[in-house]
Amino acid sequence: MAYTEEELKKELETKEYEYGFYTDIESDTFPKGLNEDIVRAISKKKNEPEWMTEWRLEAFRIWEKMEEPEWANVHYEKPDFQAISYYSAPKAADPNKSLDDVDPDLLEMYRKLGISVDEQKRLQNVAVDIVVDSVSVATTFKKTLAEKGIIFMPISEAIQEHPELVKKYMGTVVPKTDNFYAALNSAVFTDGSFCYIPKGVRCPMELSTYFRINEGGTGQFERTLVIADESSYVSYLEGCTAPSRDENQLHAAVVELIALDDAEIKYSTVQNWFPGNAEGKGGVYNFVTKRGICEKNAKISWTQVETGSAVTWKYPSCILKGNNSVGEFYSIAVTNNFQQADTGTKMIHLGKNTRSTIISKGISAGKSQNSYRGLVQIGSRAANARNFSQCDSLLMGNECGAHTFPYIEAKNKSAQIEHEATTSKIGEDQIFYCNQRGIDTEKAIALIVNGFSKEVLNKLPMEFAVEAQKLLEISLEGSVG
Amino acid sequence: MLKINDLHASVEEKEILKGINLEVNAGEVHAIMGPNGSGKSTLAAVIAGKEEFEVTKGNVVLDGEDLEDDAPEDRAHKGVFLSFQYPVEIPGVSVTNFMKTAINESRKAKGLEDMPANQMLKLIREKAELLEIDRKFLSRSLNEGFSGGEKKRNEIFQMAMLEPKLAILDETDSGLDIDALRIVANGVNKLKSKDNAVIVITHYQRLLEYIVPDFVHVLHNGKIVKSGGKELALELEAKGYDWIKQEATV
Ligand SMILES: Nc1ncnc2c1ncn2[C@@H]1O[C@H](COP(=O)(O)OP(=O)(O)O)[C@@H](O)[C@H]1O
Ligand SMILES: [Mg+2]
Repeated sequence: MAYTEEELKKELETKEYEYGFYTDIESDTFPKGLNEDIVRAISKKKNEPEWMTEWRLEAFRIWEKMEEPEWANVHYEKPDFQAISYYSAPKAADPNKSLDDVDPDLLEMYRKLGISVDEQKRLQNVAVDIVVDSVSVATTFKKTLAEKGIIFMPISEAIQEHPELVKKYMGTVVPKTDNFYAALNSAVFTDGSFCYIPKGVRCPMELSTYFRINEGGTGQFERTLVIADESSYVSYLEGCTAPSRDENQLHAAVVELIALDDAEIKYSTVQNWFPGNAEGKGGVYNFVTKRGICEKNAKISWTQVETGSAVTWKYPSCILKGNNSVGEFYSIAVTNNFQQADTGTKMIHLGKNTRSTIISKGISAGKSQNSYRGLVQIGSRAANARNFSQCDSLLMGNECGAHTFPYIEAKNKSAQIEHEATTSKIGEDQIFYCNQRGIDTEKAIALIVNGFSKEVLNKLPMEFAVEAQKLLEISLEGSVG
Repeated sequence: MLKINDLHASVEEKEILKGINLEVNAGEVHAIMGPNGSGKSTLAAVIAGKEEFEVTKGNVVLDGEDLEDDAPEDRAHKGVFLSFQYPVEIPGVSVTNFMKTAINESRKAKGLEDMPANQMLKLIREKAELLEIDRKFLSRSLNEGFSGGEKKRNEIFQMAMLEPKLAILDETDSGLDIDALRIVANGVNKLKSKDNAVIVITHYQRLLEYIVPDFVHVLHNGKIVKSGGKELALELEAKGYDWIKQEATV
């Protein structure tokens, strides 16, 4: 089939969500609504110490006084925060069980997610923590990691087992008061991962968390905290899926990264939450706060492949506090049908000789809207700070939109800031050229999109680059027969 | 092999091809010449199946089969190759990756497995040598930042890789200096056999000194107004197209 605007449009509408299955596991769900009692109940359910309960309550009281932000270039019906259930745990889950003891239905779900036990064995090099709805179900490779002194566990366990680390760092990068969703998350977060890499240790494997929303009418609020102690290194990957549902589901996560002197954290995300159907019904609201802080000579790289969610609001950021620290942001954001994404980054240069790189690739199809929003801020003491930003947009069809909002605030004259932006369209001539060489339109689009995204795909860990590439193809699949 | 019968094609209600008849047999080289805007590239695109052009009358038959319902990629799988007058750029896709995809897609259409990597590499090496293409060139993004000559040479490299039954070369000579022209022509000649055919679209006699045609056709205003042997090309070179235009309007 050859490509025409009209056909492309039609086919895009027939796109199906690959992970839209629902596993019928008995689950333990709280009544809908949010108040101090619910916050206390979550804390109690998690067996938390008093300080944690108080911390949550304080966040709740802050959140109550806040307004949902409206500045993003997205339009959606505001979630009714009293119509959401803030805790849902699959009943069969027990973090102490080995994978062999896990409920066969859950195992089946992992299989569908493509992260079966077999696969984990095959990937060998990846330790996986799987969070379904609100609870971590299994963390693999715990022992191997423990030998190196690496702590990788559900955050709820970390609160019990390593309260000193959690207390010291949680909320230091993303304070409770930071924004509406971060405050909400701080009050009600139910799970997520905790990771600590000791001084001088290079984590020998990729650490990975898999998030999934299963139950209807629930929100998912994970909290991830990664601490790389001096001169350590870790590469972390998070993946996400959710089943297809008519109603919108809320996802409001907080991720905090702490890279101490000379440490390096690579944080990669493959986000594939349910984007809603072809009419724009359902889908996940993905309102995420991700931020990292770099001490002296430290480096944080965010790499994200965002293909899912109905509405995305997300700006993984770096605070370059230490001298000579480095921040990087590599992003591919795909929107199709009625999806809306407002994503980008903030690079806050505080230290001297700090450097940041931003490469953003936006791909829009259907009637979707894709916005890049980035802030490069150079503090008055950040002598010789440098930033390079490149934002490229690729459009498919005539009904979608791409927008770029780069903000620059430089308070130090020695700063060097470069910004490049391009917008291109997949042309009929490109498609015909591929067709003429025997490549059908669907494959042609995949090829062109992959070529467009290559600089970012190359930044992903090998094991996941292929998966991400497949995901891009799936997201734009049906862009043809 | 190829038979074009009373072919009419238009774009946006404007008729561009106005009744083309042409027969090309295996082993033959045909040249199509004609002034700018006469419809040469349109004819090539219609043979390759570009849907932008609507065939309003007549048909294109390959090996006895009407191609009407075949999408461009189906025609490619049947052995039709078009060397584009203006090859497009595909950023981020290397020449090698593009060729690998093209070859494996054609194989898939024939029910064959992907070509093993070592065989692919061998083939690429061999054909790159034939066209005196630097291997570094093959890892560059397809046509991005290529010079005019590099683009054309790359088209013929792709032709060499795909070994088509029917190759249509649309102004492959434009943009080539004399050395590159010789290399490209030499490549085309090496690929010629009694089983395949070549249609060379050109303005100039120059290329035809290297790729010697069995027949020369003159296209004017959407019609073939004159056909002859290779000496017709020389005549056109000497006299220009005006006399043809006059003859055609008489
Ligand atoms: N896509 C198109 N839309 C409108 N007119 C076209 C299109 N393509 C070609 N034409 C017109 O058709 C005529 C023949 O063009 P073309 O086949 O490119 O000629 P040639 O290759 O012989 O120079 C020209 O008048 C050209 O302007
Ligand atoms: Mg032409």
